Amino acid sequence: MAAKEKSELNGVLGWVDERFPLMETWKAHMSEYYAPKNFNVWYYFGVLAMLVLVIQIVSGIFLTMHYKPDTELAFTSVEYIMRDVPGGWFIRYMHATGASAFFIVVYFHMFRGLMYGSYKGKRELIWLIGMVIYLALMAEAFMGYLLPWGQMSFWGAQVIINLFNTIPFVGEGLSLWIRGDFVISDPTLNRLFAFHVAAVPLILVALVFVHIVALHAVGSNNPDGVEIKKLKNEKGIPLDGIPFHPYYTVHDIPAIVVFLMVFFSIIFFAPEMGGYFLEYANFEPANPLKTPEHIAPVWYFTPFYTVLRAVTLSPFMGTLAMFGAIIMLFLLPWLDRNPIKSWRYRNTAHMLNLAIFAAVFIILGYLGVKAVTPEFKEMGVRMTEIYFMFFAVIFVHSNSTKPGRYLVWFVILAAAVFLIDFIRYNPEDSISAGQIMWQWVWPIGYLALTLLLPYFMKGCNAEKEVPERVTS
Amino acid sequence: MSNSIRKWIFVLLVPALVVLILGSVGGGAGHGVALQSANIDIHDKQSLQNGAKYYVNYCMGCHSLKFSRYNRMAEDMGLNEENGLTPDDVATLLKKNMIFTYDEEGKQDQIGSLMKSAYSPKAAAEAFGTSVPDLSLVGRSRGTDWIYSYLKSFYLDSSRPMGVNNTVFKDVGMPHVLWELQGWQEMEHAEEGAEHHGEPKLTLSKPGSMSPGEYDQVVRDLTNFLTYVGEPAQLSRKMYGVFTLLFLLLLFGVSWMLEKEYWKDIH
Repeated sequence: MAAKEKSELNGVLGWVDERFPLMETWKAHMSEYYAPKNFNVWYYFGVLAMLVLVIQIVSGIFLTMHYKPDTELAFTSVEYIMRDVPGGWFIRYMHATGASAFFIVVYFHMFRGLMYGSYKGKRELIWLIGMVIYLALMAEAFMGYLLPWGQMSFWGAQVIINLFNTIPFVGEGLSLWIRGDFVISDPTLNRLFAFHVAAVPLILVALVFVHIVALHAVGSNNPDGVEIKKLKNEKGIPLDGIPFHPYYTVHDIPAIVVFLMVFFSIIFFAPEMGGYFLEYANFEPANPLKTPEHIAPVWYFTPFYTVLRAVTLSPFMGTLAMFGAIIMLFLLPWLDRNPIKSWRYRNTAHMLNLAIFAAVFIILGYLGVKAVTPEFKEMGVRMTEIYFMFFAVIFVHSNSTKPGRYLVWFVILAAAVFLIDFIRYNPEDSISAGQIMWQWVWPIGYLALTLLLPYFMKGCNAEKEVPERVTS
Repeated sequence: MSNSIRKWIFVLLVPALVVLILGSVGGGAGHGVALQSANIDIHDKQSLQNGAKYYVNYCMGCHSLKFSRYNRMAEDMGLNEENGLTPDDVATLLKKNMIFTYDEEGKQDQIGSLMKSAYSPKAAAEAFGTSVPDLSLVGRSRGTDWIYSYLKSFYLDSSRPMGVNNTVFKDVGMPHVLWELQGWQEMEHAEEGAEHHGEPKLTLSKPGSMSPGEYDQVVRDLTNFLTYVGEPAQLSRKMYGVFTLLFLLLLFGVSWMLEKEYWKDIH
């Protein structure tokens, strides 16, 4: 990136361009970055995630001007923002709704990656960086949730920080070190505030930057999973590529406007979103002496919360399962070895696998906000089993030419399910036993659809030829 | 299978699976009594003013609204120049009828003061064995219908220290402050069978100074007032929403046409 002797630009921009790679960067990432021309709706969620990041940073700066990170003042300062600061309620609702919106767009963005195999073809690193962004986002959301110092802030943080307590030998010391006190108190609030407003946002912005640098180095995937760089014209421009600017910049604007319509509808008409975005119990100030009847984390953490509650072997195993559920996602590029990227050309069983995974993730989330009943408890276990088996099945689907393996893996995984049932089964606890006795249909049904179906029905195992050029 | 069929299978499969699996085990256990609908109108200024009147006279002796200010409340309820009241009129009105607390120097609180209660937390703890909660946010934490139902659900119970209990808030620590208005209710014991199982039935055994209809209206006004106090911004919030959406609709049209113009030669 050497500075040019004479820039093609005039005036101030020319002066800058002779001392800084202005045009070079603009061309590399905007006007001469060639993106596939067949992006569909799913490809909006990346730019929307960037938009929400900006909304969170800007609204967060204004909130920081009025918020007081002090257990005596925090709750009051939030109400002060809501009532006495001009426009304060608007800023606060933007930030609160933005937190949930961030997870919604990121979950869609990640699922897009699953559908079109966007972690394949030298894109493993993009996926890994993205997963680290997701982890940083969860840390950021968790720490931000403590700041209003409401009942759920306090007790939710209590649950999460106590997870570290379950680690053998070092757990007690570790959670004490994290809290900075024997209970969640002023030092905890102060350090989480510091992380929330400075450390994690810096990391997030840096990670988003490298996420995009890595993407632009390899090039974007697309709904057909076709590598557009394989076919280029005489100027070296991909035949199916179009310059990101102006085509995708103008393409994104209407989508951003639609997103903002939904976003502002929530802010102005339903800022609590029925208690899911702002929990009702959090309008009571934190009271360390009064445990709420029912502690539910905010909706975006609930799938993992259900996994935590489902594994009752030991508290530490529950914690491991919960973090394991996230870690598994990191491994996807090395589990799904099928050379076909897009699910459009994969077999029906793979499509079912992804659809069921999405449904199971939603059900896990639903169970996490509900109080535990015997039915829901058992269902949490069953959905957790499917969640983890998904990664085995996607590995088995890597090679569709040997259907015999489907049968072998069906037997292995079904045996694992029944072995766990055998260990858990306690005839004296007739309610749980009764639930075990019928809810096995979910994991076994899942295995039947994804492994037996393609084994017995040729049509459901048939993969299709990936076209040379992108379609439509 | 063609792509479009596969696509539709997928689009329908995810919600179908979610509904099927969750539906198969039914809903979770619901607890607590059914609440009555408060049926309030947050824009009914008369109702808000009436609620404020009853609140400062009956409730604020113990329950502060420490995040609200008197003058903001007056402004939001239509006690302003639009309705022919000068700032001085409003100040006089508030000081005469609403402000019963004093600052450290013994001077009556200002109209811009926070709506504190005169009852100290220590005195409250001595009298009731518990602290008296501030009610600024009860409209959000408990909800509108809860407040309405709660205020209508006190009944005589000689086993309780205050002589009353409440079907919505079991073993509540406070007395039935509005008894003069409502009178006394008694719990009807459903001994004849399990006909009213789970649903407690209260009957008025000694009428108060108001008819049940008048009392309901007072409770509704109080509920309306507390709902407003929970989030003063809700009075204007939706109006901003309408204008924002109208603007975005226009922006969508323009940006849509711009996109179509640029994309017309991409095939």
